[in-house]
Amino acid sequence: MRTRTGEGAGAGRRRGRAPRLRPHPFGLRTRLVLAFLLVAAVGCGTTAALTYRAARNAILEQAQNTAVSAFREQVDELYVSLPVSPESLRTDLLRIARQGKPRPWRVYAEYGTVRVSSTDRPASSVITPELRARAQARGASPHAGFQRVVKNGTPYLTIAVPAVFRTHATEGTARPTGLVVYAVMELNEEEADVEAMVTAARDGALPALAVALVPALLAARGVLRPVRELRHAAHSMGRGRLDTRIHAKGSDELSDLARTFNESAAALERSVAELRSAEARARRFASDVSHELRTPLAGMLAVTEVLDEDAGSLDSDTARAVRLISAETGKLAVLVEDLMEISRFDARAAELHTDEVDAADCVRKTLQHRHWTDPARVVPHLAEGIRARLDPRRFDVVVANLVGNALRHGEAPVTVRLYAEGDVLVTEVSDRGPGIDPEVLPHVFDRFYKADRARTRSEGSGLGLAITLENVRLHGGTVTAANRPEGGAVFTVRTPL
Amino acid sequence: MPRVLLIEDDPSVREGVELGLRRRGHEVRTAPTGEAGLAALGEFRPDLLLLDLMLPGMNGVQVCRRVREDSQLPIIMLTARGDDFDVVVGLEAGADDYIVKPARTEVIEARIRAVLRRIEDPGAGRSAVEVHGELAIDRAGLTVARAGERIALAPSEMKLLLHLSAAPEQVFSRQQLLEHVWEHSYHGDARLVDACVRRLRNKIEDVPGEPRYIQTLRGFGYRFGPL
Repeated sequence: MRTRTGEGAGAGRRRGRAPRLRPHPFGLRTRLVLAFLLVAAVGCGTTAALTYRAARNAILEQAQNTAVSAFREQVDELYVSLPVSPESLRTDLLRIARQGKPRPWRVYAEYGTVRVSSTDRPASSVITPELRARAQARGASPHAGFQRVVKNGTPYLTIAVPAVFRTHATEGTARPTGLVVYAVMELNEEEADVEAMVTAARDGALPALAVALVPALLAARGVLRPVRELRHAAHSMGRGRLDTRIHAKGSDELSDLARTFNESAAALERSVAELRSAEARARRFASDVSHELRTPLAGMLAVTEVLDEDAGSLDSDTARAVRLISAETGKLAVLVEDLMEISRFDARAAELHTDEVDAADCVRKTLQHRHWTDPARVVPHLAEGIRARLDPRRFDVVVANLVGNALRHGEAPVTVRLYAEGDVLVTEVSDRGPGIDPEVLPHVFDRFYKADRARTRSEGSGLGLAITLENVRLHGGTVTAANRPEGGAVFTVRTPL
Repeated sequence: MPRVLLIEDDPSVREGVELGLRRRGHEVRTAPTGEAGLAALGEFRPDLLLLDLMLPGMNGVQVCRRVREDSQLPIIMLTARGDDFDVVVGLEAGADDYIVKPARTEVIEARIRAVLRRIEDPGAGRSAVEVHGELAIDRAGLTVARAGERIALAPSEMKLLLHLSAAPEQVFSRQQLLEHVWEHSYHGDARLVDACVRRLRNKIEDVPGEPRYIQTLRGFGYRFGPL
């Protein structure tokens, strides 16, 4: 039948759970992994390229050197008789071609316009004019010229060696005969070897990249876990759990960050605790003061009647003084009671004693009890038959404060409307006064707020609307103040049914 | 005029309330402690006890229990609002009503009258003894007996039982009972009703956990019977 609701219970919990981790398409993890892979790929690629070049050169040079020196030897042994007889030269060329190293050559000889070859065709299409020019120019030199040529996708090594006379009189010097012998050798096999190396490099690089993923993910995790912890901790702090700390271990930058976070959190917790205790002290002081005032007031209030009754028989000055004391004692008692009530709200000690009641009955009794029964002053429009769960005493305070406020600051008639809107009970108190100054409107529920600064005291305690607000909140409802378009102020209370 | 014993430790409250009540014609005796108050009880024979809850030494709740051990003297507690726990404990201990300090004398006197009126007003015009199950209620003599055995009821308990049993099976809301039995406003403290119902059930029901006489209608209130 009756519930006791601690104020603010679960308010913190409602504020929100930890937000789900949003997927970051280019988050730290992705970037770290990509960076790792890039470094690995560049490393693999560079190594492979350098190895490839070195190996390729070694293979080709070896084949080339073998071929050049072998050909040179062959040509040196060639016994050239001038004028050139194509038939005998061809026989020689065929012999040289057969002895080709490391593979058989095709051999061509050129002397003036004479073209002789070891093959069917007299001249080769892979011998470039450049090589030919070099061979002619170098007529005096016994050294061979060579060139690598690619034709129709097939790589060739072409070598040109000019045939020379060797005169015994002038030793060491050789005179060109004008005959140039060319050898053409396919480099297919060497090329295939190189191809195989490229394939091997590629086949080695891909697993290496895959293997690089593992440390990349591990490193990403190592970085991301502290980051995630930090994020959770920061969120938890944001929700008010100031005792949140991160487990900081290790000596890297992230653990430094964690330690800094912990130190800041501890500092924040300390200052918040200090603030809270200062606030609690201030509140306790207000509560204690009211408590202490209450006892002397209880004695004074009990005798005000005596003062009022006997005032008539005193001389006029004494009588006025006595009446003043009596009246002010009554106001002081109200003020102290209101202060006590506010202190209880501040200390969250206010309890809700709910009961299921007829809402219209409840409002009607409030009006009757305060003698607000003159229809020229207060007009009730109460929807009948609404049963609501509320604290009758607190609801009485809410309605009485709003109507009392409207009568004091607005103008009669004051209309009290009560109706249900879905599962919300709406209580509306409106007056026909000038309304509330828009500048004052946001402050009407403030404690001791005076609309007119020049007026030092109003009839009420100055806490009525603040207490109204707290009572409505305790019911889990809202209260708003506004000005009606047709004039006058309207206060609207919405409480759950 | 009723004789009132006031037990209050604060001198100004004690003197103020005494002065106010005496002016209205009450015969007032005061005591500053629970022990002194209990000692004055036998000699002064008050009609009503005004009891401050916060007392040095023996506190108000303990005094209330001691008085209830052998007496159905009307008891009104003086409390400060906000001392909610004390109010509940005091009511469970057998107090009939409570007044929040500070209060004007007219309020205190109205409460005193209301508590005492229940005893003086026996709901006239009915047959002397009504029997409900094993319960015999004598409205004229203001006695209640269960299975022939007389039960001692505090004033508020008696008044509540008389009110409910006067209209068997009719449901009364807490607010109605507050207005009619305690003469409080509609918005009074419904815990008065609940505490009184609990005490009454402990005395008249066979099994207080499964009441036959004082039944609860969840969301509406209480009714007498049906048996």
